[in-house]
Amino acid sequence: MSQGDTAALEHHYTTTGLPSRKMLMWAFIGSECMFFGSLITTYLVYHGRNLQGPYPADLLSVPFISVTTFVLLMSSLMMVLALSAVQRGQKKWTRVFLFLTPFLGMIFLGGQVIEFTHFAESGLSLSRNLFGSTFFVLTGFHGAHVTVGVIWLLTLWVQSLRGKLGSEHSLSVEIAGLYWHFVDVVWVVLFTVIYLMQGVKT
Amino acid sequence: MIPGTIRLDSPRASLYRGACLNPPEGDPSAARITTGRMPSKKATWRRGSWLVLGLVLVVGLAGCTGVLPQSSLHPVSDFGQRIDDLFRRIFWFAVGVFVIVEGLLLYAVFRFRDRGGEGRPEPVHGNTRLEIAWTLAPAIILVLIAVPTMKTIFIVDNPAPASSNPLQINVIGHQWWWEFEYPEQGIVTADELHVPVGRTVQLNLTSKDVIHSFWIPRIGGKRDVVPGHTNILWFTVDSAGEYPGQCAEFCGEEHALMRTLAIAQDSATFWAWVDSVKGPAREPTDSLALEGKQLVVNGICISCHTIRGTQAQGIVGPDLTHVGSRQTLAATILENTPENMFLWITKNDSIKPGNKMKIPQLPAEQVRKMVAYLQSLK
Amino acid sequence: MATSEAALHSPAGAHGHEGTYSGGIWSWITTVDHKRIGILYGLTALMFFVLGGIEALVIRLQLHGPNAGIVSPQVYNQLFTMHGTTMIFLALMPLGAAFFNFVVPLQIGARDVAFPRLNAFSYWTFLFGGLFLYSSWFWQAPDAGWFGYANLTSTQFSPGPGVDFWFLGLQLLGLSSLVAALNFAITILNLRAPGMKLMRMPLFTWMTLVTSFLMILAFPAITVGLVLLMFDRFFDAGFYNVAVGGDVVLWQHLFWIFGHPEVYILILPAMGIVSEIIPTFSQKPLFGYPVVVYSGVLIGFIGFGVWAHHMFAVGMGPIANSVFSATTMIIAIPTGVKIFNWLATMWGGKIRPKAPFLFAFGFIIMFIIGGLSGVMHASPPADLQQTDSYFVVAHFHYVLFGGSVFGLFGGIYYWYPKITGKMMSETLGKWHFWLMIIAFNITFFPMHFLGLQGMPRRTYTYESGLGFHDMNLVATAGSFLLGVSFLIFFWNFFRSLKTGQKAGENPWNAATLEWAIPSPPPHYNFDTLPTVRSRDPLWAEDGYEKPPADEEPEMPAGSGWPIVVSAGLLVLAIAAITGHLWMVGVGVLIVFVGVYGWSFQPVYR
Repeated sequence: MSQGDTAALEHHYTTTGLPSRKMLMWAFIGSECMFFGSLITTYLVYHGRNLQGPYPADLLSVPFISVTTFVLLMSSLMMVLALSAVQRGQKKWTRVFLFLTPFLGMIFLGGQVIEFTHFAESGLSLSRNLFGSTFFVLTGFHGAHVTVGVIWLLTLWVQSLRGKLGSEHSLSVEIAGLYWHFVDVVWVVLFTVIYLMQGVKT
Repeated sequence: MIPGTIRLDSPRASLYRGACLNPPEGDPSAARITTGRMPSKKATWRRGSWLVLGLVLVVGLAGCTGVLPQSSLHPVSDFGQRIDDLFRRIFWFAVGVFVIVEGLLLYAVFRFRDRGGEGRPEPVHGNTRLEIAWTLAPAIILVLIAVPTMKTIFIVDNPAPASSNPLQINVIGHQWWWEFEYPEQGIVTADELHVPVGRTVQLNLTSKDVIHSFWIPRIGGKRDVVPGHTNILWFTVDSAGEYPGQCAEFCGEEHALMRTLAIAQDSATFWAWVDSVKGPAREPTDSLALEGKQLVVNGICISCHTIRGTQAQGIVGPDLTHVGSRQTLAATILENTPENMFLWITKNDSIKPGNKMKIPQLPAEQVRKMVAYLQSLK
Repeated sequence: MATSEAALHSPAGAHGHEGTYSGGIWSWITTVDHKRIGILYGLTALMFFVLGGIEALVIRLQLHGPNAGIVSPQVYNQLFTMHGTTMIFLALMPLGAAFFNFVVPLQIGARDVAFPRLNAFSYWTFLFGGLFLYSSWFWQAPDAGWFGYANLTSTQFSPGPGVDFWFLGLQLLGLSSLVAALNFAITILNLRAPGMKLMRMPLFTWMTLVTSFLMILAFPAITVGLVLLMFDRFFDAGFYNVAVGGDVVLWQHLFWIFGHPEVYILILPAMGIVSEIIPTFSQKPLFGYPVVVYSGVLIGFIGFGVWAHHMFAVGMGPIANSVFSATTMIIAIPTGVKIFNWLATMWGGKIRPKAPFLFAFGFIIMFIIGGLSGVMHASPPADLQQTDSYFVVAHFHYVLFGGSVFGLFGGIYYWYPKITGKMMSETLGKWHFWLMIIAFNITFFPMHFLGLQGMPRRTYTYESGLGFHDMNLVATAGSFLLGVSFLIFFWNFFRSLKTGQKAGENPWNAATLEWAIPSPPPHYNFDTLPTVRSRDPLWAEDGYEKPPADEEPEMPAGSGWPIVVSAGLLVLAIAAITGHLWMVGVGVLIVFVGVYGWSFQPVYR
C-alpha cells in the first residue's frame, strides 16, 4: 500500500466505519433531546397552574397550527427528496428541493410569528403568567432552531446553485437533514404536548 | 568527593553521629555518611505513617468535648434520637469498612513494595469469585443500612400521627429572622421558639421570601423553609432546656446571623408563658415608657412592626407585642438588654450589615424612651 | 514478532523534540494540535486553581475565629461563590480536559481528535468564559453560591450584575464543555487505531468516554435551568417566581440533574488516571479490567438517577426520598468495586512509590473517607442533620480534593515527562505529596466534627460559645500549609522545565501507547498508526506493531476561526451584561462570520 493510499486511508479511516461528522450530529442530537426534554418538562410541570389568564384554551388554535405543522412535515419530505437528489447527482432536483425545504420552513416560522403576535395582542407575555413564560420560551427555542436550520439549508442551496454540491458532498446534506428532521420531530412532540394535550382550563 | 557525602574521618562527621552509612559503589572500605539526602524509602513510609496516625488521633480526640449547644450527637427529642440511632449504626459500619479497607491498602503498599531484583511480578488479570464477593459484601451492608433508613423515612417525612395531638406552630422564615405563630393559642412572636416538654410539636414551615432551613441540631434534623410550599417537622422534646439553632440554607447576606433559640419548658411553665404572651400589649406605667409608646406608635416603627392593641400593625418585621419578655433580640444574636436594644435601633447596620431594618438616625433621647417602652412589653 | 523498536526510530520519529512547541504566539492562537490545546487547558486551569485557592485562604482567614471581621458578609458570600465555581468549572474540569486532550489521542493511537478546530474552540470559549466570570470581581462578583438557588437569584433578592456574571459565564463554560465532550466521544469511538477494541482501551480513555457522555447528557439540564433564570432576570418571566405560581424547587431539580452527573464528571477522569498509575507502578496489569470498566459505565448511568439526594431536606416526601436514597446507596457498590480492584492490582506487585504513585495512592485513601461520609449522607434521616452543615463540606472536599485533585496531580506527575520531555524532581514531588496530604487532613478532617456539632455551611462567621473556634483555627492553619505545599509543586513544575533530567520515551516503564513515542511527541504523534494486539501493548509480547514510514504525515493546518467564534460569544455575553442591544448585533455578526469562515475553510491546507 503506497504512502499516498495510507494517507488517504488515514484521512477517512474510522473505527466504526461511520463518518465522524455524522456521529457528531447524532451525539449533538442526543444533547438536544435533553435540552428540549428539560424545557418540555418545565412546560408540563407548570401546566394548569396559571394564577390568571389568558389561559391556553383561550388562545391556542389547533386548526391553524395543524396547518403549519403540516407545512413543517412537508419540509421534511422535501429534505428527504433533496438528499436523494444529491446522492444521485441530480443537480437540478438538488437545487429545487434544497430550496423548498427552507422555504416551507420559513412559512412555518411565519405561522409562528403570526401566532406569537396574536397572543401578545391578547395580553400574553413572558411575565403575564406561567403559560406565557413556558409557551414563549419553549416554542421560541424551537423556532430559533428552525431558523438556524433555514440559514444552514439556504447556504447549502447557494452552494448547489454554484455547482459545488455534487454527490461527493452528500454527507453535508445528510447531516443537515438529520438536524432538520430532528427539529421536525421536536415540533411533533411540542404540537402534541401544547396543542393536543390541553387538559385543564387554567 | 561524592556530592552529598562526607568521609567518616572528617571533622564534620561527628555532627552526623547516628546517620545512615552508605558505602559508595566500588569502595566499600571508605565508609561515608550520606548527608542532605532523603532517608531510605522504608523510613519515609514509616515516619510518614506515624505522623499521619498521630495527627488523626489528635484531631479525632479533639472532637470529644462536652455537649456543645448545637451538637447533633446529643438529641433531646424522639426525632433527634431516631436520626442519631440511624447515624450511629451507619457510622460503625463505616468505621469497620474504613479499618479493613485502609488497613489492607496500607499493608499492600508495604508488603509488596519493590525490593529490587529483576523481572516483573506475576500478572493476575482477575478473579471472578473475588469480584462477586466484594460486590456482595458492600451490598449486604447497604441493605442493613437501607432497611432502618426506609423505616425512619416514613416516620420523619410524614406529618405527626394524629393520635399524638400535636401542638401546631407555624414557622415563617424571613430574611433574616424567624417568625413563630401558635394559631390555636393566638400567639405571634419571633426569634425564640417555646415548646412544651413531653408534648408532640408539629412545625409547619414556609417562607415569605427565599429558601431558608430550620435547624435546631439538639432537637433533630433540619427542614427547608420554601416559599410557596409548606413543609412539616415534628418532634417531642424530652428534656427541658435551651437549644440554639441556625438557618441552614444560604439565604443571602446575613444568613450567618439568622439564628433561633428553642426554649423547652415543662408543661406548667410553658402554658404560663402562653398565657403571658397571647394578649395584647401591656399598657406602660412609668412616664418614660409612656412617652416612648407615643414615639413608637406614631413613628416609623409601625410601618414594619405589630404591637397588638395599638395602631402598630406592620407585618414586615417581627411582632413586638411582648418583646420585653424575650431573652434575645435580632434573631438571637444579641442579649435582650436596654443597651443592646438601643444599639440595635441606632446601629443595626453595623451589627448586621444589609439587614432590612433601614431607618433614619433617630435622636438618642427619643430612642431611650422607645427602648423603655419596648422593654416594658413583657 | 515485535517490529516496534525498529518502527519507532524511523526518520520522521527522530524529530520528536523539535517543532512540537515551537512557533510564536500566532501559532498558539491558531493551534488545532490536541497537545498544545491540552497544555493551554492545563496552564489555564492551574492559574484558576491558584485564584480559587486564594479565595479559599481568605475564607479560612475569615473563619479562623468567631466574628473575625476580615471581610464583610457580602464579600465573604462572593468568595465562597467564586471559590466553588472556580474550582469546579475553571480548575478541575479543565485540568481533566487537559489530560483528555493531550493523552487520549496518544493512548488510542490517533493523530489528533476528530474535530481539531472544534477542540480549539472549546479551549478559547473556556478561557473567555473564565475571564468573563472573573471580571465580575471588578464590578460585582456573584454571591448566591456556586449552585445559585432560586429564588435568591431573582432580581428581587439579588439585584445588580453579580448573578448575571455568574449565569452568563456558566453558559459560556457549559458550551465549551459540551462541545469538548462531543469531540472526545467521537474521537474515542471513531479514531482508534486498528486492533484497539473498546475492551483494549486504556482505563483513562474509557473514563474519558463515560465522562464525555455524562457531559453531553447532563449539561443541557443546567443550560435550561440557567436559560429560565435568564428569562426571569432579563425579561421578568415567572419560572422561579412564587408570586405568579412558579416553583423555586424546579431550579433545584434542573440544577442537580446536571449537578450530580457533574461530580462524576469530576471524579471519573481522576479514577481513570489512578487506574493507569497503579498498574504502572505495581508493574502488574490492572486487576479486573472489565469490571473496572463496567463499574465506570454503571456509575455513569446510575449517576443520572441520584440527583435528588441533594434535596433530602426540601420536603419531597417519603417516597421520593426513599427512591433516591436507594439509588444513592446502590451507586456506592461499583465505586467500592473499583477500589478493591486497585487493591488487588497492588497485591503481589512490585510497588515503586514514586510521586505519581503517591498521589494515586493518596487518592484511594482519601476517597474512601469521602465515600464513606457519602454513604452516611445517603440515608435521608441522617442527612437531615448533615446536609448544609460542615459535615457535607468535609465530604465533598474529601472526594473532590482528596479524590479529584490528588488524582489529577498524580496525572501531572505521571505525564509531565511525556508532555515536556523532562523529569520533575522526585524529591520535591515527595515533599509536595507529604505536606499536601497532611495539610489536607488537618484542614478538612475537623470539618466532620464541626458539622456534627451544628455548624452550618456558607456562614461568614459563627458565635463564640458554640465550640466552633478550635476546629476552625486548626482548619485555617491546615489550609495555609496546603498553600505552601502548592508553592513546592509550582517551583518543581516550572524549574524542571529548565533543569529537569531528560525523559526518555517510557521513564515509568508503563504499558500504554503514549509511552511508545518520543517525549515530547512529534507534531503528528505516530509516524504510522500502530496495530494493537493487547490491552498492555508495551508489556505484552507482540503487543503492537507499526509499519515503517518514510515521510511525515499530513496534519490539519492551524486556524484562526475558532478563536473568532469564541470572541463573538464573549461579545454576546458582554452585551447581555451591559444591556447594549447594538453589541448583541456585533456579537451575532462576529459569530456568523466566524462560523462561515470556519465551515468553508478546508481542514488540510
